[in-house]
Amino acid sequence: MEHLVFEFGPYPERPRPAAAVIVGVVGSGNLEALCESAPLGGRLRVEVSSSVHGFGNTWKAVLGDFADRVRLPDLLITINDAGATPAVVGLRLAQAAAELGAA
Amino acid sequence: MSAGYLEATARQRVARFFDAGSVHEWLGPSARVTSPHLAALGMPAAFDDGVATGRATLAGRPVYFAAQEPEFMGGAVGEVHGAKLTGVLLRAARDRPDGVVLLLDTGGVRLHEANAGLVAIAEIQRAVFEARLAGVPVVAVCAGSNGCYGGIGIVARGCDRIVMTEEGRLSVSGPEVIEAHRGVEEFDARDRALVWRTMGGKHRYLLGEADALVEDRFEALREAVVPYLGHARPLDLDSVRAEHEALGRRLARFGEAPDSLDIWSALGVADPARVPMLEPGPFVEMAAPLRERADA
Amino acid sequence: MRDVLALCDALFPAGHDARLEGGRVVGTGRTRDTEVAVVGTHAHAAIGADLAFALAGDVLAIMEDHPGRPILMLVDTQGQNLSRRDEMLGNPGYLAHLAKCFEVARRRGHRILALVYGEAVSGGFLALGMTADEAYATPDAQVRVMALPAMSRITQIPVERLEELCRTSPIFGPGAQNYEKLGCLEAVWHGDLAEALAAALARPARGDRRRSLGAERGGRLAANDVVERLLREP
Repeated sequence: MEHLVFEFGPYPERPRPAAAVIVGVVGSGNLEALCESAPLGGRLRVEVSSSVHGFGNTWKAVLGDFADRVRLPDLLITINDAGATPAVVGLRLAQAAAELGAA
Repeated sequence: MSAGYLEATARQRVARFFDAGSVHEWLGPSARVTSPHLAALGMPAAFDDGVATGRATLAGRPVYFAAQEPEFMGGAVGEVHGAKLTGVLLRAARDRPDGVVLLLDTGGVRLHEANAGLVAIAEIQRAVFEARLAGVPVVAVCAGSNGCYGGIGIVARGCDRIVMTEEGRLSVSGPEVIEAHRGVEEFDARDRALVWRTMGGKHRYLLGEADALVEDRFEALREAVVPYLGHARPLDLDSVRAEHEALGRRLARFGEAPDSLDIWSALGVADPARVPMLEPGPFVEMAAPLRERADA
Repeated sequence: MRDVLALCDALFPAGHDARLEGGRVVGTGRTRDTEVAVVGTHAHAAIGADLAFALAGDVLAIMEDHPGRPILMLVDTQGQNLSRRDEMLGNPGYLAHLAKCFEVARRRGHRILALVYGEAVSGGFLALGMTADEAYATPDAQVRVMALPAMSRITQIPVERLEELCRTSPIFGPGAQNYEKLGCLEAVWHGDLAEALAAALARPARGDRRRSLGAERGGRLAANDVVERLLREP
């Protein structure tokens, strides 16, 4: 397993989602992402556990893109990944953003 | 999102099966109750260990539920996954809701947690009986893409009722396992027609292993489950005696049958070869008066 | 591997009339204090629809003819019978029926023990053995889900890695000791079988303690905690 942590922002304050949001499932080529409010000094933090090693830069690029688009402060996203492609990662994050009301 | 139950995830199923807005999860994803065993194998964990558990209402009646996630390790039962199922059932035995609904979708024991998974299934089985003996009906829905196999197939038949779809399958050993042990002459696992007529919902309904057969639609599945709420079936000497008689009759009638088609024919199905083509509605209309019962 | 009638001699020095019928062993044994109904399997019998049905018949007969008599399951099964016929006939229903018969016997006051003296595998063990108030085993008993090579094929984990994991964790490897550590077996009977049986029968049934035993013994650290937490959830 590879464990990666990324932080983005800080972003300006805005109303926080009340409840946690979960999208996707842990299945071959898929992932689950759990999005929760957390005191992060305005930052957006992503913690990834992946069964596939060596894609740190790809994660950083895809997640950074997402973070700069939604600009959600104090959000913790925890990801369990079973080998999702960047396209699937993007799809799941877009789903999460929609459910968080930030799409 | 597809309209059917078959291809939905566990959380989509829960959200659409129970009354809108009524679902409250216990040990949901934020609790991060994950498998302690998978990391050592380089396998990703899931925040709910592949089963959503909680309470909801169904047609306004309070129920407890568990829903296995088909994508996560084929719905297989590990230590934590199994303990969540046991917990829901023991909680039902304590609190006595109008029913427990188990949305089962599994290959059985999670081999990555082999022994712990097997013990977990034994504990689930005992907990099903605890709930039933407390007067809480336990209804198993076997309508998922993995089917309902292994020890959970036995657990399902320990419940009060089983609701199936044609696509749902119920067995102990799956086709691949039988083929691997006994050869392709015994069971050709790639022969989907053979799999369905041996283990699928229609055969299980005709045999009396399933109580209801409906189409792969949430509304149809809900409507099948609702009448069972609040009506626990007895689990006593009379009920096991009656079941014994029925299962003995099944062996006597069909024990020598070479194929399910022969069983259907012996039951009086006019055109057994046409059974797989029938829509669930006309099928039940045809099958209900002919089918065997395990409880009568 | 033990001969089941010799095993009965050791369990019941005061006498027994256990006999073999197909894959079953059935009869009555006498301990110092009581008569014990024996129901079980031998020769690694695979439990299919017919055998599960016959075993259920044995349990029903015990309930009808000898209400309250303690029951000892003698377990030697390679698991559920792997065949198209048994699944076509509805093996889940037959195995569950056997489990229900044991449950009803328990509720009617029968003390139910199991002794694994041969093999105990998967679906067979779920219906016969794990349905007891408590299960015990002889030290040489082979309890398992699946042999390691087959497990390796399906999980894609190399056998060498599985063997390595077996040394540190009781969850993969076969054997009575592992299942004892998981709380699935109350104890392994090393000494005099007749004494161990009498002592076990003298204790009252205490409900399903497997998950708490698994936690106490360090073999299953999560299960008990998860159940307790779920029971407390708002």
